[in-house]
Amino acid sequence: MISHHLPVLIVLVPLFGALLSALTSRGSVSWGIALIAMVTTLAATIGLLSEVLHDGVISYEIGGWAPPIGIEYRVDLANALVILIVSTIAAVIMPYARVSVAKEIVEDQQAWFYTMYQLCVAGLIGIAVTGDAFNAFVFLEVSSLATYTMIALGQSRRSLLSAYQYLIMGTIGATFYIIGVGLLLTITGTLNFVDLAARIAVTPYDRAMLTALAFITVGIGLKLALFPLHVWLPNAYAKAPSTGTALLASTATKVAVYLLIRMYFSVFGIDNIIGDFPVLELLLVLSIAAMFFASFVAVFERNVKRLLAYSSVAQVGYMILGLSMATSTALTGTLVHLANHALMKGAAFLAIGAVAYQLGSVSLEKMKGIGRVMPVTMGCFVVAGLSLIGVPGTVGFISKYYLVVAAFEKGWWWLAFMIVASSLIAVFYVGRVVEVAWFSEPDKKTSELKEAPLSLLLPTVVLAAACVFFGVDASLTAGLAEAAAKALFGGSL
Amino acid sequence: MKLDVVLRVVTKLMLPFMLVFAVYVQFHGDYGPGGGFQAGVIAAAALILYALMFGLTSAMRVVPTWLVEKMIPVGVMIYGGTGVVSMFLHENFLNYDALDHHHTVHAQEWGVFLVEVGVFVTVSSTMIAIFYAFGGRGR
Repeated sequence: MISHHLPVLIVLVPLFGALLSALTSRGSVSWGIALIAMVTTLAATIGLLSEVLHDGVISYEIGGWAPPIGIEYRVDLANALVILIVSTIAAVIMPYARVSVAKEIVEDQQAWFYTMYQLCVAGLIGIAVTGDAFNAFVFLEVSSLATYTMIALGQSRRSLLSAYQYLIMGTIGATFYIIGVGLLLTITGTLNFVDLAARIAVTPYDRAMLTALAFITVGIGLKLALFPLHVWLPNAYAKAPSTGTALLASTATKVAVYLLIRMYFSVFGIDNIIGDFPVLELLLVLSIAAMFFASFVAVFERNVKRLLAYSSVAQVGYMILGLSMATSTALTGTLVHLANHALMKGAAFLAIGAVAYQLGSVSLEKMKGIGRVMPVTMGCFVVAGLSLIGVPGTVGFISKYYLVVAAFEKGWWWLAFMIVASSLIAVFYVGRVVEVAWFSEPDKKTSELKEAPLSLLLPTVVLAAACVFFGVDASLTAGLAEAAAKALFGGSL
Repeated sequence: MKLDVVLRVVTKLMLPFMLVFAVYVQFHGDYGPGGGFQAGVIAAAALILYALMFGLTSAMRVVPTWLVEKMIPVGVMIYGGTGVVSMFLHENFLNYDALDHHHTVHAQEWGVFLVEVGVFVTVSSTMIAIFYAFGGRGR
């Protein structure tokens, strides 16, 4: 009986966890609830994934109303992969959260933090699992509102400002998305993804459709921080509590990328998009700009959290690059980079969160020689940094390998060159942190520090180890991504 | 606080009617315009009117802040719980048919009724919470 309900349970468990956390007023109790909820969600996701691998696409009718009238939850390989990313990261971070949150957030707000954490996870999984364009909007808002609150719970007063900035930008993004969906509803009279795809295929591709595509692209583009719509991201990541940053950086933008892929490949149909108007070419230019510009800004950033945030903008560039090349190999690169980037950014932000926990600051000047007093933490950071660069043996290499191969397949040698060149900029920004952390003499304050507590170290080490493991043996991640990309190109939903 | 006697008396006269009207809108939602959202707003408006006339402190004596904060998740729980109950009765999430297999129309009515109760609880308490948050600033 339970296996039948898995598609809805992965949303319900974090949702009810959030409600229970809100009812308790003690931080440690709500942490326990959140831990149980996140581990249960992960278990349910693994069950769901094995079901999808075994039986193919799963459809679940909410309320017993058959689609396209009712809301349908539809799980195929592509969103099973995304849901697996979200629930894995959310569960791995939980042991970390307790100590870090206890230090960064005042006691009477801790329960609210865990509420928002779980609501955010419920919303992100909801976006991925739903097969309904409007339902996706609702979940987009659920996760976004939870995110705004989570950022606002940060330590400094600037957190409120960052949250407010993101609120404005995020609301504009969500509004654009819903305008696009509204246009699609007027043109086709349906909201269900499968039904939309079927009706768009027989509708003339006119200006109204192009407008819908434009609104949806810009709306989701804001959510996934596509250059030049990324301005909200560095502040939001830098000012949120460390645990929140790690969750957001490794999941939120990924789910938005997934939604864009779903819209492009499953709803509009990629053949429709390659029309008179150069949508994909536009995305290609913007993603290359993101890869170079954001990496370049990261080189000069003095706050390590902001440095990593700009690196995220650059990495989103790689994901959109794969999408805009619109070949099966390139899309595999995008999908596998969703997973790989989640692992490396998760590890990097957790390591920096541990530094913030011990040192109380994440600015480069104060981190002199921190690697010598916190070798494990900074060791994990180095592994994550090597992944960001794309060194062979780490996950970053796998994603870039697929992208470069896709560029060669298209005969675009210059693009392959640009992918490698932008990776070289990553050497500089990662190198700056490594140099300060390992090759500078620790100053008086730093040398008194000790290694971070075990509960902070363990999740960081797990994610860093995963960066290496899936870099050596990519059969799980790349295999899933390849199968998902094939399915998306087959046009089957 | 010194207030005009007319305002105070009229407010006290209006409050019971506002609350009854909220209940009316809540139950009439099945047949016409209305429902939990509107009813929740009307009920919250009654308390906000009371707070405007007699001060935030007396309003917080009637509905304390901790109660408001608990009511917000409880309402969602009533809504979601209705869906979970139908899962335990071997139907899909939020399929109200499960509540009464012999009279599915009745079951649907019951389902919507319960869900609207949840909406009422959450909406009214959220309205009050927002009012308290703004009204309580600088105190």
